[in-house]
Amino acid sequence: MSALHLKKGSTSHSAYNLRPTFSDVAERHTIAVLVENEPGVLARVIGLFSGRGYNIESLTVAEVDHTGHLSRITIVTTGTPQVIEQIKAQLGRIVSVRDVHDLTVEGRAVERELAMLKVVGAGDKRVEALRLADIFRANVVDSTLNSFVFEITGAPEKIDAFADLMRPLGLAEIARTGVAALLRGD
Amino acid sequence: MLNEKTHVANGAKQMTREMTGAKMVVQALKDQGVDTVFGYPGGAVLPIYDEIFLQNDIRHILVRHEQGAVHAAEGYARSTGKPGVVLVTSGPGATNAVTGLTDALLDSIPIVVLTGQVPTFMIGSDAFQEADTVGITRPCTKHNWLVKDTDRLAATIHEGFHVATSGRPGPVLIDIPKDVQFATGTYTGPKAITSHYQPRLKGDMEEITELVAAIEKAKRPVFYTGGGVINSGPGASQLLRELVDATGFPITSTLMGLGAYPASGKHWLGMLGMHGLYEANMAMHDCDLMINIGARFDDRITGRIDAFSPKSKKAHIDIDPSSINKVIRVDIPIVGDVGHVLEDILKIWKSRGRKTNAEAVAKWNAQIDEWRKVKCLTYKPSEKTIKPQYALERLEALTKGRDRYICTEVGQHQMWAAQFLGFEDPNRWMTSGGLGTMGYGFPASIGVQMAHPEALVINVAGEASWLMNMQEMGTAIQYRLPVKQFILNNERLGMVRQWQELLHGERYSQSWSEALPDFVKLAEAFGAKGILCKDPADLDDAIMEMLEYDGPVIFDCLVEKHENCFPMIPSGKAHNEMLLGDAETQGVIQAGGAVLV
Repeated sequence: MSALHLKKGSTSHSAYNLRPTFSDVAERHTIAVLVENEPGVLARVIGLFSGRGYNIESLTVAEVDHTGHLSRITIVTTGTPQVIEQIKAQLGRIVSVRDVHDLTVEGRAVERELAMLKVVGAGDKRVEALRLADIFRANVVDSTLNSFVFEITGAPEKIDAFADLMRPLGLAEIARTGVAALLRGD
Repeated sequence: MLNEKTHVANGAKQMTREMTGAKMVVQALKDQGVDTVFGYPGGAVLPIYDEIFLQNDIRHILVRHEQGAVHAAEGYARSTGKPGVVLVTSGPGATNAVTGLTDALLDSIPIVVLTGQVPTFMIGSDAFQEADTVGITRPCTKHNWLVKDTDRLAATIHEGFHVATSGRPGPVLIDIPKDVQFATGTYTGPKAITSHYQPRLKGDMEEITELVAAIEKAKRPVFYTGGGVINSGPGASQLLRELVDATGFPITSTLMGLGAYPASGKHWLGMLGMHGLYEANMAMHDCDLMINIGARFDDRITGRIDAFSPKSKKAHIDIDPSSINKVIRVDIPIVGDVGHVLEDILKIWKSRGRKTNAEAVAKWNAQIDEWRKVKCLTYKPSEKTIKPQYALERLEALTKGRDRYICTEVGQHQMWAAQFLGFEDPNRWMTSGGLGTMGYGFPASIGVQMAHPEALVINVAGEASWLMNMQEMGTAIQYRLPVKQFILNNERLGMVRQWQELLHGERYSQSWSEALPDFVKLAEAFGAKGILCKDPADLDDAIMEMLEYDGPVIFDCLVEKHENCFPMIPSGKAHNEMLLGDAETQGVIQAGGAVLV
């Protein structure tokens, strides 16, 4: 865990936020879950969300510590503060979950998502797409005479904005990874 | 896979032997101190059954249906505090165990279920008796494993016992493919295992101190205790008794927690909740300090949430952080094991001078005595028919003081048993609380009797529930288990009928028991004793006959058919809106409450 530069999380000790202010307003939270990379562990996490009726806006997962067999799952979810607290507590009681961090609460987090967008078109639209891609610092990773595949990295909002701009210019297909996130600072 | 390094650390020297996977299973169970396994053989577990045949340390109890095996293991676990163990085959063996697993999950009962699986090279091929057992049981176990490597098998079984019994207990399942059972691998002993799963036991001292301060000031306090006290072990019940008696605060309990504080205790209010006692529910509603110890604010307890105990400060002690603030927002949350936390509460409270607001508490207890005068369990006696409440009163009177264990099925009889039987000690009461599984009680009584061969084990049943696992009569006979099946037979699905009366315009859809067997003949067909009783005047003699018979008995007690279970908090109502009798029942449940269960 130390290799990941995560502070000891609130959830591994007493301080689940057990005295939350119970507002009815839904909030968006980014939660990082460190799990043992064993078969079915993703199914446990996803099954928890579907079984208890929680939302998943995005979910990314990959092994981050090969020797320790640990994977990091980043989940973006929405819910009232009470629901968010329940999600964290329920995640924490899964036996293969080692640690749960609410990045939205624990500090400012950098959130990044990668997307690939295929834009099909010719003439002015094609030129305009390329110009906007440059403004958004998107890379061209594939090109034909009448199509581009752009690769863009950024906060989800930036990717939303870019996709909105590409739509009238011939956006044919989009693939997004979902959010990966880390706390800022040390 | 778990981290090899941490898992087998320094275990290389200790107890490592080469053996087959099947032998490993038996060896691991022995090393875990298992003396009894409930199970049913089949193709995918034959190697393990072969190993069971070759040894004498572990007794295998052949049930008649895998659901019965799991409930029996639950009964064993709840009456001993030790984990129950189940061994069943792949496919239907595993799927039949699902209800029992879910039951154990909801009631936090430690059981370890071993299932056979088709060989690893056939997994995914829709092989004969193949089911995705870990997939099916993932949401109904605390944790489960598919073991694909014989070298990992022993460590996984030991880890399974650790997970089932640590923290909030629960069921685990280990799925073992047949080729893993045949293959040879290295056995790892239990001491070589270091698990990452280590729930914390000690509560936060600041929160505990805040609770002690609240105890010192409280004017209208109440202890609200649950199954967590039982699960924490007999020591926790002892500490609870000490705390209750030292403070003089009244105490109520959920269905799951009965026996932690003795029913004969001075401060006992009786069970609370939907069919709880008037004084218990009123105390919950009007208290100014609620101390929840190992209960989880279940919907059977809270009634209407926005009207739940509106004036109280609430403290909640639970080993599972997800139980806290799940349903009811609490003011003093304490995550920890009940026994550990109670010890700290007592220590701090004593060191601060054992203070309570005695004057106010005396006034509060006087108020509670006023509520007791309502005598909410009063029923209309009859000389012609046996009232179910009367049957239980007589059962209580004639078995009180004996070394007695009570199981129940689910329904009206279960609530009456909770109301009319007194539990003096923990681990004496086995009932399906969270899941409400009809068919639980009979196999559970078999598990209890296995663990306590000399004790009096009674299953208070309804005829409909009892029929759901009646095949276990064969098990009772085979192992000479003198379990007493006390069936309150009203020829109805009593609780369903009661709800149809209250909610569905007395349209009794499918809620009567047609074509019932002759229970006396049924008992005789199995080789047990059958007793029929329908006259209140004969009841005592009949119960004595049941108690004196050395063997299993089916007691067919024909009771009043249309008796309703009171008190009752109707769905969607608050604790202070209880119904006490039939006269009050018309039109009480409104549209909002009707959608609730």
